[in-house]
Amino acid sequence: MADFVIVGAGECGARAAFALREKGFDGTITLIGSETHLPYERPPLSKEALVAGAGPKLVADAERYAAAGIAVLSGRTVLEIDRAGRRVRLDDGTALPYDKLLLATGARPRTLPGMACGGRIAALRSHDDATRIRAHLVEGSHVAILGGGFIGLELAASACTLGASVTLIEGLPRVLSRGVPAEIAAIIASRHAAEGVEVLCGAKVAGIAERPGEVRLTLEDGRIVAASLLVVGIGAVPNTELAEAAGLAVDNGIAVDGLLCTSDPDILAAGDCTSYPLPLYGDRRVRLESWRNAQEQGQLAAANMLGGGEAHCAVPWFWSDQYDMTLQIAGLADGAAATVRRDLGEGAFLLFHLDAEGRLIAASGIGKGNAVARDIRLAEMLIAARRHPDPAALAAPETRLKTLLAA
Amino acid sequence: MSDTWIEVCAADEIDEEDVIRFDHAGRTFAIYRSPEDTYHATDGLCTHEKIHLADGLVMDHIIECPKHNGRFDYKTGEAKGAPVCVDLRTYPVKVEGGTVFIGL
Repeated sequence: MADFVIVGAGECGARAAFALREKGFDGTITLIGSETHLPYERPPLSKEALVAGAGPKLVADAERYAAAGIAVLSGRTVLEIDRAGRRVRLDDGTALPYDKLLLATGARPRTLPGMACGGRIAALRSHDDATRIRAHLVEGSHVAILGGGFIGLELAASACTLGASVTLIEGLPRVLSRGVPAEIAAIIASRHAAEGVEVLCGAKVAGIAERPGEVRLTLEDGRIVAASLLVVGIGAVPNTELAEAAGLAVDNGIAVDGLLCTSDPDILAAGDCTSYPLPLYGDRRVRLESWRNAQEQGQLAAANMLGGGEAHCAVPWFWSDQYDMTLQIAGLADGAAATVRRDLGEGAFLLFHLDAEGRLIAASGIGKGNAVARDIRLAEMLIAARRHPDPAALAAPETRLKTLLAA
Repeated sequence: MSDTWIEVCAADEIDEEDVIRFDHAGRTFAIYRSPEDTYHATDGLCTHEKIHLADGLVMDHIIECPKHNGRFDYKTGEAKGAPVCVDLRTYPVKVEGGTVFIGL
């Protein structure tokens, strides 16, 4: 009987474990994670977990793991992969043999040089982080957020909702400069301003000092921001150390091929920790930190651990919820030669990004609730099919995108 | 058991291969028209995170949640894989005189 081991018990690892059983694998499955919770979904951490104090949203409860015969080792860390002996060594001294190994080790928050989290400085990645941050988000408190990316902005929205005042500091000239069109980022920034968030763009931090009862940031222009908590949201770093130490190829993430195989054919990698070629974008190597990517790659890795030979060919997709607005993006917009706007009413709109040959390469949309979801999903299918849709049809809201897909 | 038939809308108010939201007595439903021109009804909220399915995309016999792409067969309510694992409840539908009714 074969032994499969999955290192990393997040969305990706847990989905892979269940997918193995769904595909009929009858060997042993061991899912190892360093957190003490069962695998949970991370998107709620910046939203429901902060605003409502919701507990972790589990991928599955303990009964489902038991029923599927998946052994979950929580609070355990893998220290070493012994490739020659095909074993992983754990922090409790045990060693587990594997026939196939999946690395779904995820990512961790990037930190400020020489500054660890603790005290009044926090980052948001785990449910325990969210619990700790939530304790500071009370009526009248002041939270400073460093970084105007998705984590920082979602956290700002949640903090506002709880009655805390927020100063958000972004070093670049605008928020969401990575992957979100300026037109949409401007709408998000102005909504935050309208909700009372102080958004400081182009602001560089000169110093951070913890003092009794507060943390004090000095900006390069001399301005001082005093807050009860500083949350650092300046990106994530892939957890590649285990792979590197085992001599696996690493290139901005554990480097895998289209089948999610590392440079060792018995070791696969998936999710946030992985960089991989995107066939739809000229096999450009990317690393995506997104919920759906984690889920899809987990399932694909499971298929390929069983010899499925299925190549990853998904369109990158992600979303962000802030206040009552949802932003969704499909594809990669950099390299776009033209942009077409489609207005859906009530302020909701989509931007379609076309390359020089008129091929649809990305679509971004924002609106209340799920106003843009259906069109973004159809855009994703048009992108996957490498279509060159008529720009006038894209711009006309009365043209159903489904008809473009059938054309 | 006898269903009470509740009027939903005119049959042509739902496009082919599409879905609308229907709220009634504090509950919310999704009413579908299939590519074969048959009508169907399910609970309106996804079993994963309580998102209105009527904002999602109908492709053939599948409704896909607009938030996380959970998929269900709207004719049977069957959940078609992660992230959804709980089936949707379905309801009988009839069309009479060009009007769609849901049986509750």
